[in-house]
Amino acid sequence: MKQLAVISGKGGTGKTTIAAAFVSLAKKAIIADCDVDASNMHLVLKPEILKKHDFYALPTASIEPTLCMKCNLCRESCRFGAIEENFTVEGYRCEGCGVCEYVCPVNAIKMQIEKAGEAYESGTRFGPMAHAKLGIGEEASGKLVTMVRELAIRMAEEDDSDLIIIDGPPGTGCSVIATLTGADAAFVVTEPTISGIHDLGRVLEVASHFRIPAFVCINKSDLNEANVRKIEEKCDLCGATVVGKLPFDKTPTEAMIEGKTVVEYASNTFSSNIKQIWNTIKEEAGL
Amino acid sequence: MKIAVASGKGGTGKTTIAVNLALSMQEIQLFDCDVEEPNANLFLQYPLEKLEDAIILIPEINEDACTHCNACAEFCKFNALASLPEKILFFPSLCHGCGGCKLVCPEDAIVEKRRSIGIVESAASNTMDFYQGTLSIGESMASPLIRQLKTHAKDEDVILDAPPGTACPLISTLENVDYCVLVAEPTPFGLHDLRLTTEVTKELKIPTGVIINRESGGYKEIEIFCQSQDIPILLRIPYDRRIAELYSRGIPFVEEMPEWKKKFQEMHDQIREVVC
Repeated sequence: MKQLAVISGKGGTGKTTIAAAFVSLAKKAIIADCDVDASNMHLVLKPEILKKHDFYALPTASIEPTLCMKCNLCRESCRFGAIEENFTVEGYRCEGCGVCEYVCPVNAIKMQIEKAGEAYESGTRFGPMAHAKLGIGEEASGKLVTMVRELAIRMAEEDDSDLIIIDGPPGTGCSVIATLTGADAAFVVTEPTISGIHDLGRVLEVASHFRIPAFVCINKSDLNEANVRKIEEKCDLCGATVVGKLPFDKTPTEAMIEGKTVVEYASNTFSSNIKQIWNTIKEEAGL
Repeated sequence: MKIAVASGKGGTGKTTIAVNLALSMQEIQLFDCDVEEPNANLFLQYPLEKLEDAIILIPEINEDACTHCNACAEFCKFNALASLPEKILFFPSLCHGCGGCKLVCPEDAIVEKRRSIGIVESAASNTMDFYQGTLSIGESMASPLIRQLKTHAKDEDVILDAPPGTACPLISTLENVDYCVLVAEPTPFGLHDLRLTTEVTKELKIPTGVIINRESGGYKEIEIFCQSQDIPILLRIPYDRRIAELYSRGIPFVEEMPEWKKKFQEMHDQIREVVC
């Protein structure tokens, strides 16, 4: 089984649009939406949820006020400033390390596990999909990404499927690392803007750090020809392969408003370009 | 007054708004809190000076004193320590720097040392003090870096360019801000992300307004949503190829289209009235 992770460094480059189009072109692929902070894939694929799994992040400290003697040891020991002056815990800051529980001389602090989100096994018109929703402001999105990927692998085994297409989160941090770990190839969507080039550099570094071959698609490529050349040079330098270019086009926005993939929405140049890119990446990455 | 510019999702024009707003003001501090992908200075091109490393404390185990009792590895909630019969393995990138292992070690075999997870840089112009943090590649701990970056904020006017998403890095950015400007694109994706981010600002009780970016008419659901939630629309920026091209070249559009400076100043005044 192969896993293709679609990432972008920067958000808004058209990652989900292209990942969704790939899903509609792939035969028997499992879809994994790993952008658990702000997932959008479901807006296009409209999954029907078949199974729900609760997601528990790390526990959070909780102080029992009737036991607390306000000795301040917990506040002094917490490296994250999570305990307020009135000895309540600011949940957003608590990392769940358990130091306060350990130092409390009267056992007034307990670590409590709370539900931090949900992961789903769903069906879509293109096949099975694993996705998730992280609770607002919750931590450990990397952990939830790992859970979605484990679900996708299990679903792929059950479905006898040999490909997982992962829609990744933006950035280069925690959840992107969890998306890339163990993937067979990274498909990077970029755009010829100076911030696009900058973020491409960082995300290619992450891919090469984890030794994952990277394939690059330049979206909105007619917006700035000089920047396209800079992207091609950067890819050359980083050992990444440019597998295609897409024009600045209204098709993705129109398709999105209709709730369709671009391939379903229109059979125009834009969608035939996407088909070509899909065939190239399949061959180049051996999917 | 501290204003954060956030959007849920990347690519909606958050950095564009933060930079153009800052360039429209006098005497302002701008912080790029998107430490995974700091982009604001691509548009400012200030010569940056390194201020400091962002540091977390990690354990160093004195193998001579260690009895391999396993207490540290058992305590560590982040699986950064693993105990083998003859050796303790430490995985720095998993360590949150809580100091728990040192506390629980019965042999005092653990000391702490500083580990850099990224850097804080700054630059100054006539009108602006600019700060950015950059997380080192392969590091996952954005929040401590964002908090360290924000310690440089003074009490005067501050603008924070927030990271995308609704998870910990956004929350760390929004802590102690007075107002949050949410940038939204008029598409179904944009609406969905706006819903998520307004949930965050509501939960944190931060007054919030919306800028509609790349407005081209047609999709009205953003307005309908804002009305239903009683969130003001502060500004509308049209879908304009000229702005997109300036952006692709890294030019803040207020510099070529100065009429926008006034609009940003008026928006800032409008926010001040709400906050003060």
